[in-house]
Amino acid sequence: MHDLTPITALGGSAARSDTIAGLTLTERPDVALASVAARLGQETATRAAVGTLIGTEAPGPGHLAGGEVRAFWIGPDQWMIEAPFATHENIATILRAVTGPAASVTEQTDAWTRFDLSGEDLVPVLELLSNLDHRRMASGHATRTTIHHLGCYLVRSAANTASIYGPRASAGSLHHAILGAMGAGL
Amino acid sequence: MIIDHPLFGPRDASEFVYLGDASLMDRPDWKSETAAQDFHAYAYLRDNPAGPHRELWFHEGGDRSWLVITRDTVTHEITRVELARDVARKQRAPQ
Repeated sequence: MHDLTPITALGGSAARSDTIAGLTLTERPDVALASVAARLGQETATRAAVGTLIGTEAPGPGHLAGGEVRAFWIGPDQWMIEAPFATHENIATILRAVTGPAASVTEQTDAWTRFDLSGEDLVPVLELLSNLDHRRMASGHATRTTIHHLGCYLVRSAANTASIYGPRASAGSLHHAILGAMGAGL
Repeated sequence: MIIDHPLFGPRDASEFVYLGDASLMDRPDWKSETAAQDFHAYAYLRDNPAGPHRELWFHEGGDRSWLVITRDTVTHEITRVELARDVARKQRAPQ
């Protein structure tokens, strides 16, 4: 029998959290991810399946929708679905049961690491990290961008929270970049 | 330079990568009698216009969509931006 201890993307046994100048950066290992891509000619069926999964209409380009199970748009007829890890450890199987053969479902949980940046004044920090027009991005916007040469998804989860999904293998570099930007205004 | 993405609106050109002439989408039929000549032309022969040019761009720093961009090679003015998949589907649709 193996006796393995799970660790987070940053290598700790618990999620790391740092607070600098009123902003908090928290590691979020508690979510499961899978992407859903419509097969040719199955776009409408896939859109409907994504709607069923998140309990509301599938989000359009540049947006996020849903509640505990949520989806953000990652390309034409493609979405990333996120759900709590505790209930959706086998997220791809759960999604495939709903999409059927209309879509390709790909497990993504361990491909990404999520960091939540929260605080009143987070826009200046985001502006240091990526070239998007962050002042025009409101809660519910989600898009892919480049942060320190890493392709990341930036999701404005709530008014004062941005979720940043970066490549898990570069979790340390991304964490360092965000912490640096948070401290830059000190 | 700013590229007006059909789905996201204006995005900085640094997010995009140039991938070549838009004619690369029109791959010749390998079963054709003239396939050898067709593929030679497809791989090696390009027009080099001083003026409007249709070209493929890849939104590498964004949603990774392929775009067909009409750009004037003299002024760099971009007059049209389309999703490459829309262009391809339109070409393939029965007339």
